[in-house]
Amino acid sequence: MRWFWIDRFTDFVSGQCAKGLKNVTMGEEVVDGFWPDFPILPSTLIIEGMAQLGGILVAEHHGFEKQVVLAKVGKASFLRPARNGDQLHYTVKLDSMQDLGATVNAVSHCDGEIQAEVDLMFAFLEQGRFTDGPLFGPGDLRTMLRMMNFFAVAVDSDGKAVEEYPALRDENP
Amino acid sequence: MALDRNEIFEKVQEALVEALGVDDDDVTEGATLVGDLGAESIDFLDIVFKLEKAFSITIPREELSPEDVLTNSDYVQDGVVTGDGIAELKRRMPWANLSEFEKNPRVQDFGNLLTVGDLVGYVGSKTE
Repeated sequence: MRWFWIDRFTDFVSGQCAKGLKNVTMGEEVVDGFWPDFPILPSTLIIEGMAQLGGILVAEHHGFEKQVVLAKVGKASFLRPARNGDQLHYTVKLDSMQDLGATVNAVSHCDGEIQAEVDLMFAFLEQGRFTDGPLFGPGDLRTMLRMMNFFAVAVDSDGKAVEEYPALRDENP
Repeated sequence: MALDRNEIFEKVQEALVEALGVDDDDVTEGATLVGDLGAESIDFLDIVFKLEKAFSITIPREELSPEDVLTNSDYVQDGVVTGDGIAELKRRMPWANLSEFEKNPRVQDFGNLLTVGDLVGYVGSKTE
């Protein structure tokens, strides 16, 4: 099963901010089936989408060399349901960075209104402690980023287009 | 200007209430983070983030978690911290009350050592 909970990156500034879109469609079984007769995108999957955006923001800051996983969901508030036909605009900002992890603040807008606000904490996996191998198959992360328009919008902190990441290149020699 | 202990306690309490989802009343000076407040390993990272932000300090990993001492064969024998190890822990963590731990210093019990009061003392040592 695919586990993509954003459709596209729309903006990305290294070490600062990532923006992305999530279209809520009846074509997704989870939207149709989560709550009978009232299709919505479950809040947990909105958090997951924000976490995917935030996880990339954090991982990119380290050249994709760290294994970044969602460790904790802090404050989370949902102000309106995300219904079929809605387009969610996620904005994730880097809050703080530590040797062992990072925190981000995420906001979802829909029709110009705040739909949800969530604080997320990520941890960096230590080799051999929780995992012995990569989180992604060879080339998968780079392919995912390409499909989601990451390379078309991503810039470094000086506003220049990002260059090739050795860590991504190495995973697909 | 240095904060007094009450001011530090209030901010530490706020951080722990947010990080652990406990009530204000549960966060007393003597409460242990793991045993009494239910902190899990990942919560410590969250607590570090919140304390760093609340007090504008940097908390290096080894200061709150002296794993290098607890895994050093010079300081640990048969799962028990030696006298030299206790001395090293006291040197590294002068803000922690190690008196109970010293009575039976098993490495496996170290994780449940830290109290709210210890955290307040630690932050105090960083903000002097």
